[in-house]
Amino acid sequence: MRAAVINFPGSNCVLDMYYALKDFRLDAEIVDANQENLDGFSAIFLPGGFSYGDYLRTGAIARFAPAMKGVAKAAKDGRLVVGICNGFQILTEAGLLPGALRENAKPGFICDEITLNVANPDSIFSSAYDKLQITLPIAHGAGNYYADAQTLASLKAHQQIIFTYEDNPNGSLDDIAGIVNQAGNVFGMMPHPERAVDPLLGNTDGRAFFQSILQRKDLLTHAD
Amino acid sequence: MLTKVNPEPKTAVQIQTEKIYADWGLTEREYDIIKTRLGRLPNYTETGLFSAMWSEHASYKKSKPLLRSFWSKNERVLQGPGENAGILDIGDGQAVVFKAESHNHPSQVEPYQGAATGVGGILRDIFAMGAQPIAVLDSLRFPEVTDDKTRSLIDGVIAGIAGYGNSIGIPTVGGDVYFDDSYRGNLLCNVMAVGLMNHSIIKVGQARGAGNSVIYVGAKTGRDGINGASFASAEFSSEKAAQRSAVQVGDPFMEKLVMDATIKAVKDLPDIVLGIQDMGAAGILSSSSEMGEKGHSGIELNLDRVPVRETGMIPYELMLSESQERMLLVAAKGQEQRVIDLYKDFGLDAVVIGKVTDDGRYRLTFQGETVADVDINLLTKAPSSELPSQLPAHIAEAEQTQFQPVVKDPAEMFLKMLASPTIASKKAFYRHFDSMVRSDTVLRPGSDAAVLRIRGTKKALAMTTDVNSRYVYLDPYEGSRMAMAEAARNIVASGAIPIGITDCLNFGNPDDPEIFYELKESIAGLNQMAKKLNTPVISGNVSLYNETDHQAIYPTPMVGMVGLIEDKRQITSVPFKRAGDLIYLIGQTQDDFNGTEIQKLLTGKISGKLFTFDETAELANQQFVTKAIATGLLASAHDLSEGGLAVALSESVFNTDFSFQVAFQGTHAALFSETNGRFIVSVTADKQQAFEQLAGKQAELIGQVTDGTTLEIKDAEGSFSISKQQAADRWQNALAELMS
Repeated sequence: MRAAVINFPGSNCVLDMYYALKDFRLDAEIVDANQENLDGFSAIFLPGGFSYGDYLRTGAIARFAPAMKGVAKAAKDGRLVVGICNGFQILTEAGLLPGALRENAKPGFICDEITLNVANPDSIFSSAYDKLQITLPIAHGAGNYYADAQTLASLKAHQQIIFTYEDNPNGSLDDIAGIVNQAGNVFGMMPHPERAVDPLLGNTDGRAFFQSILQRKDLLTHAD
Repeated sequence: MLTKVNPEPKTAVQIQTEKIYADWGLTEREYDIIKTRLGRLPNYTETGLFSAMWSEHASYKKSKPLLRSFWSKNERVLQGPGENAGILDIGDGQAVVFKAESHNHPSQVEPYQGAATGVGGILRDIFAMGAQPIAVLDSLRFPEVTDDKTRSLIDGVIAGIAGYGNSIGIPTVGGDVYFDDSYRGNLLCNVMAVGLMNHSIIKVGQARGAGNSVIYVGAKTGRDGINGASFASAEFSSEKAAQRSAVQVGDPFMEKLVMDATIKAVKDLPDIVLGIQDMGAAGILSSSSEMGEKGHSGIELNLDRVPVRETGMIPYELMLSESQERMLLVAAKGQEQRVIDLYKDFGLDAVVIGKVTDDGRYRLTFQGETVADVDINLLTKAPSSELPSQLPAHIAEAEQTQFQPVVKDPAEMFLKMLASPTIASKKAFYRHFDSMVRSDTVLRPGSDAAVLRIRGTKKALAMTTDVNSRYVYLDPYEGSRMAMAEAARNIVASGAIPIGITDCLNFGNPDDPEIFYELKESIAGLNQMAKKLNTPVISGNVSLYNETDHQAIYPTPMVGMVGLIEDKRQITSVPFKRAGDLIYLIGQTQDDFNGTEIQKLLTGKISGKLFTFDETAELANQQFVTKAIATGLLASAHDLSEGGLAVALSESVFNTDFSFQVAFQGTHAALFSETNGRFIVSVTADKQQAFEQLAGKQAELIGQVTDGTTLEIKDAEGSFSISKQQAADRWQNALAELMS
């Protein structure tokens, strides 16, 4: 299994994700956003940060990076695609996940640890959680999830809402913190599981996120 | 074809007769020296060069004689003051790099951009040495929050730090914030940055080897921040309109590219990239002339090659622009293309704009003509002067006895103290900063010191910024020693050994003998404790003229201290860990109240002779805490500072499930005394004997951690209790309420 962490200019959680994947003994490598062909990777991670400065709108420029063609192909092939924070914003801008992420309801960047509910414990990205409430770090200024009524109804009907905020920090619709596409292989969330894998830093609730993915050996061997 | 621009809007004679040099901050005497040394009148460009390079901000001409006295050498020092940043050895071939810088004037005028570019500027100093920045700390001083203008200033500064630091992806891990009306009209925004590197790749800002190329990298040059160094070397006046054009605009995305590319250049092209300097104050001018002077070389620049984003810029503007996100490199002759290609991979401009010479001249050409030709040593070495100093009247006339607070209702005073802005939780501010990015932050904002692990080693670094300027105002020498002591207590309480400091010396106009006295005594105090603590002063910054309408700020010598933790298991934090643990007070409590928070709360001001500093007790208590942590005896540790024992105990239970039950020998008032050299530690019951054996008389058992909901205190005047929830709410919410 090979995992790619896409490095967009301005991504700043590349190493956080890379080290977390290495911690789980995954064969991870950092791939430049100018690389279009991602065929060799069975899982692709879009990390947090401020891709291209996020000057126009979060993720709006990154969706045009060459690597996004490879990401779209991976999504279509049923390979795993994960977007954390800015990565989630990029996936919605690219249309690989429904909805949009807007400026926080109360404007301003927030960095904190918040309580999340595991709304769907059966997904590829949450199956290893043995509790339904967890704590993860957030660090964003545009995490306010929005979708129209029809999309929201569809997300609910297909159990696509994976994580919700217990105490909504950013105004997200229905407290949505993380969702998956209908096929179940493309996932995005605003909180940072990769920052919560080492006991030294005081929080290990991100570990089960990675363990969930690791449980799906069937998917991870796909591209080898 | 570019249209020709007249490089000299005024002739050399006009500059003399119209005294344009004076508008740019040069004195009569300085202008005469320039004339004599040049043997002719300086032209427009040259006068501009001298006005910037001889400003206090760039030359330190008024503080240099004092700064030379700083102790800056010991077994760890790899690079002392005079470079972009100082460097200390931390073993295993690794080194820690740090420096602090002020961005006070820009932040007062344009808070968002002023603070943002303060972060950007200090980060460039770190990666100019070849280091990877790992953390930022902010030391902020604001006026009391009584009006919307102040709220908007503070919001702007906080948003600026967040906007830059979060985007570039270097965590903002700590700092300190105080509120006092001495900062009305002149807030302080000091930023400290810390980096990590291997010894083998240290770079310095020097230009050596005639014929080597001077390369400009990063953002294009515009008309922003022109002659900002002179701007920062003058007082504010409420009559002048906001001096906004002298403030720069930051682009953290550009800086991230410049940072990543520069770190790669240092690593991949060690024999080609010979010297690096950040373009900070006085932009291309100071970076190139200082590199030349330090390398005992001359510099020749062709200004037609400087990348610009505005048309018609004249040499004066090109040289004095403080456009952000730019660096200057010296590269080996013939190898320039390797550097240019590397930066191009990051989408950045890298342009050869000149060369190193061996004639000691600083020469500029523009549109085929020489527009400046001066001795580089003359340009970079402003005539310094020893200024007169005089004991401030308020100290000479100070009341010698200590203020004696009358505390009738200690519970009420407790709650009032916790809600005081200087003491209340700063979470309303720091929650806007990404303190966790890079995933190395072990102890985050709100701790005594921030702690970051060093991946791949057992080590960690602790860092803090401190100074209580009220103490320094009452006694510059002793107050500065106390600032060093407090910084060290914070480092020690987190399990680290202090290894070095940087500083930002924020003072008023040094031409006032009373202000110069403050500066001189403060430096002497910092220096004395630096030697005692074995923390050399490896870098720093001076910010003078912090005055509005001739009212100076409190003298504020900010101390940025770094500590080393050899074994991550020794990292120690403030919160109590379990019910039943024993609480000890380390250090004696005296009736020390002049300059304290309780004096301010009860009388509305601070006054009198500052209480004494017991250096022997301070050092002994720090050493004891270090030993107790090394022996694995402490569950928690917290230093005592503003608000004394009452505040330190409270902070140890906030954000935990616990409360405390404490019996203290002193009066109600003594709970709020600010005697130095004290700590609160907690010890698990099974380690009581071992701890007490080690402690002897140095620690006093004062109570225990409970799982109750009330804070229970008994002192010599009686008992009282406070709802923990109420106390926590006051402390947690006070700042947010004040700001809304």
